[in-house]
Amino acid sequence: MTWEWGVIWQYLPRLMDGAWLTMELVLVSGLIGITMAIPLSLMRASSLPWVKVFPFIYIYFFRGTPLLVQIFLVYYGASQFDAVRDSILWPILKQPYWCAIIAFSLNTAAYSAELFRSAIQAIPVGEIEAAEAMGMSKSVQVQRIILPRAFGIALPAYGNEVILMLKGSALASTITLLDLTGMARTIIARTYTPLEMFLAAGMVYLAISAVIIGLFRFMEYRFNRYQYYHHTDTPKNLDPLLRDPHIDQK
Amino acid sequence: MDLQGFGHLLLSGTWVTIQLALTSLLVGLVFGLTGAAAKLSKNRFARWLATGYTTLVRGLPELLLVLTIYFGGSQLLMWIASGFGYDEYIEIGPFVAGVAALSIAFGAYATEVFRMAMMEIPDGQWESGMACGMSTRRTFFRIILPQVWRLAIPGLGNLFQVLLKDTALVSVVGLNDIMRQSQVAISATKEPFTFFLVAACIYLLLTAATTGFTMFMERVANPAARESRG
Repeated sequence: MTWEWGVIWQYLPRLMDGAWLTMELVLVSGLIGITMAIPLSLMRASSLPWVKVFPFIYIYFFRGTPLLVQIFLVYYGASQFDAVRDSILWPILKQPYWCAIIAFSLNTAAYSAELFRSAIQAIPVGEIEAAEAMGMSKSVQVQRIILPRAFGIALPAYGNEVILMLKGSALASTITLLDLTGMARTIIARTYTPLEMFLAAGMVYLAISAVIIGLFRFMEYRFNRYQYYHHTDTPKNLDPLLRDPHIDQK
Repeated sequence: MDLQGFGHLLLSGTWVTIQLALTSLLVGLVFGLTGAAAKLSKNRFARWLATGYTTLVRGLPELLLVLTIYFGGSQLLMWIASGFGYDEYIEIGPFVAGVAALSIAFGAYATEVFRMAMMEIPDGQWESGMACGMSTRRTFFRIILPQVWRLAIPGLGNLFQVLLKDTALVSVVGLNDIMRQSQVAISATKEPFTFFLVAACIYLLLTAATTGFTMFMERVANPAARESRG
């Protein structure tokens, strides 16, 4: 076996072009996915059966089938219907880029809705009761208490979901998109150096996931700051009038 | 829904998918147990190796693993074999490449599940095994492993669902699984939506069956909860 480092360096700029597309796909579909996931999770956490049923079926379908089927359903499946081909949406639906975005968004929305639902249900009941006691209406509660709290609770799990989405974005290469994997496959078709190119692509994926992990660690530190709060003892020489007996007891 | 006589093709694809998933599960469990044992061992090199394995594989897309093993695996194997003086051409088929890639990916996640389960088991269990005069290996197989199963099965069930869905990726390198066979049907009937929807429904049935089986296994692995009254 001959190992050619030269090929990696020669094609690295093109691989990086692919990496940008990968990051773009993850970012755009992640943002759309979150926007869809919030109403879905609120409906899923509802106690009314007829409100729960739609998000339940949606989440069950998208979590129970492979992402590859979902991409193919959007990209190839949409062209089966003449109504779609004649509609104004066709210029969007015939492009692999938008099909990938649609499929990834629908997929990640299902997974994140489930995460947010469990986060919403993990909020201590006392906090909701306190909000009620303050006289907040249901919509004010959702805006001020439920969503911000659920976001903080779901943040670590959502970080994992973004990593899974990054890994899933490699499937964009199956519908002719030149993302990181697609670019590597194109280069391999020309140079026939599969091990070198896939290794290089793999290292770029690892680097991107390391950045994402770091970003979420930082965000978690910001949003869940109360967990990292350290109580400092009151100084012994403090004026007795300023002492707070509740803090001193601790 | 009219399948236009392609139903048997999809069924044969389903059988291939099931075979691929179960084979990868078995091999992956071996990887997972080995990885967990290495992560918890006293040997620093083994720990380092297992950490490297899980970090690397969990950050790589499964599709990239499948492609690397399918297109690069034979090159790598031939290079290793030539070291032993074997110079014939070695080819890796899509099934073997699929099993290799999926079990490596499954094993990396299963390592973490097994490690957590093993750490849940109190040290006293090891010590009482020793007090009864069992060797470390015998304590592991008789006392620890049956309890590790009980703790690991919910996590492994989730991982198996992921594995089942990832089998679809092996169709990209030409394995005749559900995805591939529905593409064959589509090229004849020109009805992509119908057949991909049928494929999706087959996967839904398979994942639902897996959920049921996981719940059954949880009962089997936990005699204490099964036999308790109340």
